[in-house]
Amino acid sequence: MEHTETAEPSRRDFLYLATGAVGAVGVGAVAWPFIDQMNPDASALALASIEVDVSAIEVGQSITVKWRGKPVFIRQRTEKEIEEANAVALNDLPDPLARNLNLAPEAEATDVNRSATGKEAWLVMVGVCTHLGCVPLGEEGDFGGWFCPCHGSHYDTAGRIRKGPAPENMLVPPFSFVKDDVIKIG
Amino acid sequence: MAGHSKYVPQSAPAKWLEARLPVISLIRGSFVDFPTPKNLNYWWTFGGIAFAVLVVQIVTGIVLVMHYTPHETLAFASVEHIMRDVNFGWLIRYMHANGASFFFIAVYIHICRGLYYGSYKAPREISWILGVLIFLIMMATAFMGYVLPWGQMSLWGATVITNLFSALPFVGESITTWLWGGFAVGNPTLNRFFSLHYLLPFVLVGIVLLHIWAFHTTGNNNPAGIDPKTEKDTIPFHPYYTVKDLFAIIVFFIFFAWFVFYLPNFMGHPDNYIEANPMVTPAHIVPEWYFLPFYAILRAVPDKLGGVVAMFGAIAMLFILPWLDTSKVRSARFRPIYRMLFWVFMFTCLALGWLGGQPAEEPFVTASRIFTVLYFAHFLIFMPLLGFIEKPKKLPASINDDVLANAKAH
Amino acid sequence: MKKYMFNTARVAALVAGVALSGSALAAGAGPHIEEQKWSFSGPFGQFDKAQLQRGFQVYKEVCSSCHSLNYVAFRNLAEEGGPGFSEEEVKALAAEYTVVDGPNEDGDMFERPAKPFDRFPAPFENDEQAKASNGGALPPDLSLIAKARATGRGWKFFSDLFTQYQESGPDYLYNLLTSYEEEFPACAGEQSNYFNPKFIGGTLPAECAELHLTGGGIAMAPPLFDEAVEYADGTPMTTDQYARDVSAFLMWTAEPKLDQRKQLGLGVLGFLMVFASLLYYSKRKIWRDVDH
Repeated sequence: MEHTETAEPSRRDFLYLATGAVGAVGVGAVAWPFIDQMNPDASALALASIEVDVSAIEVGQSITVKWRGKPVFIRQRTEKEIEEANAVALNDLPDPLARNLNLAPEAEATDVNRSATGKEAWLVMVGVCTHLGCVPLGEEGDFGGWFCPCHGSHYDTAGRIRKGPAPENMLVPPFSFVKDDVIKIG
Repeated sequence: MAGHSKYVPQSAPAKWLEARLPVISLIRGSFVDFPTPKNLNYWWTFGGIAFAVLVVQIVTGIVLVMHYTPHETLAFASVEHIMRDVNFGWLIRYMHANGASFFFIAVYIHICRGLYYGSYKAPREISWILGVLIFLIMMATAFMGYVLPWGQMSLWGATVITNLFSALPFVGESITTWLWGGFAVGNPTLNRFFSLHYLLPFVLVGIVLLHIWAFHTTGNNNPAGIDPKTEKDTIPFHPYYTVKDLFAIIVFFIFFAWFVFYLPNFMGHPDNYIEANPMVTPAHIVPEWYFLPFYAILRAVPDKLGGVVAMFGAIAMLFILPWLDTSKVRSARFRPIYRMLFWVFMFTCLALGWLGGQPAEEPFVTASRIFTVLYFAHFLIFMPLLGFIEKPKKLPASINDDVLANAKAH
Repeated sequence: MKKYMFNTARVAALVAGVALSGSALAAGAGPHIEEQKWSFSGPFGQFDKAQLQRGFQVYKEVCSSCHSLNYVAFRNLAEEGGPGFSEEEVKALAAEYTVVDGPNEDGDMFERPAKPFDRFPAPFENDEQAKASNGGALPPDLSLIAKARATGRGWKFFSDLFTQYQESGPDYLYNLLTSYEEEFPACAGEQSNYFNPKFIGGTLPAECAELHLTGGGIAMAPPLFDEAVEYADGTPMTTDQYARDVSAFLMWTAEPKLDQRKQLGLGVLGFLMVFASLLYYSKRKIWRDVDH
């Protein structure tokens, strides 16, 4: 008896194995629609880009618009703010990367890399603290930029993290000036 | 249940668990080692099939709730959102909508099997009554689920069915207003139906477990209708019946898939693709097919209260059936007259189902009345009488003998 | 065991079939609807993109002046399984329409050109306005009309189970659009609207019953005429062709996932059959040493 049990898998074993394997494939295939239904649906994906008229934003003013359900800060910065941002050495930054989706992932966090191409006064970024997702307050904190009240993260005038628990600079979303005063985000 | 387990924990953690919560031996005793009559035919797979469909309904239902909005101004649009925008939303909704029908198909076959083989008879009365309770709760759940898409049939079906309660003397009016949460079916009704539609399937699962517990205490009935006597009469549930049930479930799902993918609106009503409008009643209000026999009985009685009583009475017959049947023999295989009457009864139910979908005019009304009388006569006259006048055939000595005799006959 | 399986299938079909007939037969004797050939019928059926594009053109140039398409967004026209317009075409098309958005910073609503994610703007602000502009009759929304006007099939429901016939909606729309008659039959007397013998919502006076006439008065004037819509692809510009194309288009608006559904169905059925056969042989092997 014992020899037969250790011998080559018989046809019978193969049949059971095949049945089990096909069943397992079926379970996996059935699971997918039930997982995928929780991903963003077609109507959410269609809202992936917005256009914003920024003609009314004066120097030193900012607005907040909603993009993909999150606030996006659009700010026309003052000369002083740009100077302050440029004065910081890259070595002093906790996060040396630009975090700008319009640039290569390894771009450095210089002020030029953080602001709009060719329009250094304009800063566009997702207004979500990179620590745990709160919305930081504008023109606050130790560096005159943004301050997140939830856990005390301080961002500078280029939206870069300088102090506090947040690990990264605030994200710059894909955007471009489609006209002189119209920004397309997404 | 656990008493049938041959499980002996080997490892230390298994022993530790067994001493505290013998869940493994419970499962083993119920679904692995459980001694099952070896002569169960494919009609016996419909219990497992019904349970599989219930699981499909619960899973797809939970998913649909993630995208559905129970509000009179948004419900219809949210269903369209599921159909058009949600990833695989169309698939999940069609599975759920057709799943309701397939749940009833499985359960109706399961009930008919019980009727044919006398599974309701002592000592399985409790299991049978729990089954009828499952059937009742299922009907309530399906009815409330049909209201949720908030189409024309949803609204007007809900209006007609809830108005049944207004037939009750004295309290009828207050009960309907209480059910509606207003003076007509409206947003409060939709919200409470949604809440209950989500709750009841879990109640169903609970009662299904009791239903199984009950017939695992008495042992399964079987096509011969006689009790197992020796070990030769039974086989362990696993692997024999697990593989057989799984095969039957997959075959059943082939039919299910046929509808979901190629005939998804076959069993629905076109009017339910029109958003609910409380100012316009559709020309013909027809309930879903699984309610039609009872709907025919309701309409057969020319009195409002009488109709409602007859309709609920038709279900009440099933509850008291174990005591209406006076025969000593269970299986229709050995009851020549009952076997014939069983098929008459099947035809009666199908005829009532067809009549329920016809307009309330002649000759359908008279036909409905004749079949309604036949329906009740089956339970109230034939069943009690048969025990006295029918001469059953000789029963086999054991299940094993019966199996061998059948094998020889082929 | 074979005997049981045969019985199971037969009785299940009977139970399902006869019980189902109730809803299928509910509509009673209505107009006779001629069945049409559709590219999307049957298990392998798919929408014909060129036909959907033409149908959309008919909707846009004819139907849309009275009928809304509330559940359809411009972006849908570029989605898989639809008419197959490009994203650029859809952008340009959407920009032809104006939608109301807002409120802006001043709290006012404002108009802007539509974008792909917008739904088709309705021709009327609300049902009341639609009725007032159409002699008291409400032009129904067309998004789901091809499923909402599926007509009763009588006993044919039984063969539909096997042929997978699901096109009674577009069949009805085609029949309706091509069956207008110049005048009411004499038995109907003076009527203020249009006679269409295929209209399921119509009624005729009792005098007409003996003549076996169906249909009745419909508020919608005959919408389609030969040459009414300029087709660019050389398709015949006839009422018949317009009716066919717009009915197909409305089937797509009602069931935009039809292509995906039928494709996935083939895979699922194939898989289930393979799995069922494997289980069947496994079951036979397991049961081999049991008398049953």
